[in-house]
Amino acid sequence: MISVATVFATLFGIPLGVLLHVSAPNGLRPLPVLHRILGVVADFGRSVPFIVLIVLLQQIVTRPLLSTSIGPTAAIVPLAIGAVPFLGRLVQSALREVDATVVEAAVTTGASRLRIVRSVLLGESAPALVSAVGVTAVTLVGFSAIAGVVGGGGLGDLAIRYGYQRYDDRIMWTTVIVIGLLAMLLQFLFDRVARLIDRRRHVTA
Amino acid sequence: MITVDNLVKSFSSRAGSVRALNGVSLEVQAGSVCGVVGPSGAGKSTLARCIALLERPDSGAIRVDGTDLVSLDGSRLRAARRQIGVVPQGDSLLRQRTAAGNIALPLESAGVDGPVRRKRVGELLDLVGLTDKAASYPDQLSGGQRQRVAVARALAANPAVLLADEPTSALDPETTGSVLTVLDRARAELGVTVLVVTHDMAVVRRICDDVAVLEDGKVVEHGKVLDLVSDADSRTAATLLPGLDQGEGLIGTHDRVADVVLVGFAAVGALLPEASNRFGVELAVLGGGLTRLGETPVARFRVGINGERADSALEWISEAGAVVRRTPKGPQGVAA
Ligand SMILES: Nc1ncnc2c1ncn2[C@@H]1O[C@H](COP(=O)(O)OP(=O)(O)OP(=O)(O)O)[C@@H](O)[C@H]1O
Ligand SMILES: [Mg+2]
Repeated sequence: MISVATVFATLFGIPLGVLLHVSAPNGLRPLPVLHRILGVVADFGRSVPFIVLIVLLQQIVTRPLLSTSIGPTAAIVPLAIGAVPFLGRLVQSALREVDATVVEAAVTTGASRLRIVRSVLLGESAPALVSAVGVTAVTLVGFSAIAGVVGGGGLGDLAIRYGYQRYDDRIMWTTVIVIGLLAMLLQFLFDRVARLIDRRRHVTA
Repeated sequence: MITVDNLVKSFSSRAGSVRALNGVSLEVQAGSVCGVVGPSGAGKSTLARCIALLERPDSGAIRVDGTDLVSLDGSRLRAARRQIGVVPQGDSLLRQRTAAGNIALPLESAGVDGPVRRKRVGELLDLVGLTDKAASYPDQLSGGQRQRVAVARALAANPAVLLADEPTSALDPETTGSVLTVLDRARAELGVTVLVVTHDMAVVRRICDDVAVLEDGKVVEHGKVLDLVSDADSRTAATLLPGLDQGEGLIGTHDRVADVVLVGFAAVGALLPEASNRFGVELAVLGGGLTRLGETPVARFRVGINGERADSALEWISEAGAVVRRTPKGPQGVAA
């Protein structure tokens, strides 16, 4: 559930972040109107409480798409859609960290915008992008727990059904700890990969 | 090769508007190295960025090889950019790519790939003397090595022109030498025309044929370095030639005092002793010294002459090819 949602969020979140970045006033292709619209969509999307998003999407997307609005598969839809604007903003700020001089140097080689996006922006921020996807995945762990409300299954489901509804403290705490461990494991793995592909000198404390 | 004609560029911000270039004209001959110098804020980088097509001037023309570049757009702009290799001010390498990967970038843009690209990257690494660092990442290279990679990258697509903005500003004198050697090789072996922005007169001294002095958005001096140093009033002479401020106390004791600028091997070695012999005058060097501009030895001496034929001796030195300027009225003229 989390992995499918993460893949989906990555597929759409990275292009969203790239568009946000290049359409900015001092970007590679300033498009003020598109930039505004995407910005509003991204911020609005992130500000809607996840529980509201679940209910909202049930009617307009989930049911028409999957002809069901409950269960683990159905939970993927709000998870993925909720994560796209979140990741989009993270990607945008990762791309902002790419040095303007480096981008300009590529511009002077006569590279097309597409090549600059691919080779320079995405290439240079690859470690930061992996981290951003990691942060998104960890956030999705938390969201997926909320998805338990609509019978999303998984640990969140367990925690709510046994812990909240049946007052079984042991199961509730166990699931909380397992969720926590899962989040930590994910964070660890993504950080590891990010460091592994980063060619800059690491500052080791 | 590069013609800049009456370039004007202003920047406006909330603080007001700054005219960074105020009618700059410049001519750089094909195959020469031209230095652009001047105080901070003079507009040097702005000029370089305009020629690099990163900044659009308000008015004026920039021609490279006869084509006006100012009005280009889209794919023709990109094609024009490939004619101009740029080493930007500051660190500009992709940090996630190896030296070889960085040098390959312009070739990718130009659609060169496979073995041809690899061969070309190899040649460039050789040109800048970094063959053994092909697989190193920028963070594993020294500042001078990074700058040489940046030069190699700028040269990758075989540009006619190489622009370098402060290529040595962060480097110590020794490392500066290695970068300048690479720029010089680029001119000698590839025939590129080089424009180098610098605040370091050592760069001008080492590799520049021509120099343009920029101040407040205007060219206040422009010409061949060797011509400008012969002109005692030029800023280039003032900064490139050995100083004359030693030995002023001795001036009063001589019949004639003059500043003599000598350019070239023959002149520097023998002229002064010979004048002394020929005219039977006593000739003392009061100040100045010897330096080297590129391959050419250049000297400026303040000489004091005692003897009846002092004037004739100065005349003869001047006719022999040196530039002689008499210090008016001996000590008073200098002390004033
Ligand atoms: N993008 C910009 N926006 C506003 N003002 C600018 C901009 N770029 C340059 N200027 C101004 O134009 C003038 C010339 O700047 P420029 O960078 O060309 O100087 P420079 O000769 O390269 O100086 P330095 O030796 O310090 O690099 C300065 O007054 C600077 O403040
Ligand atoms: Mg500058």
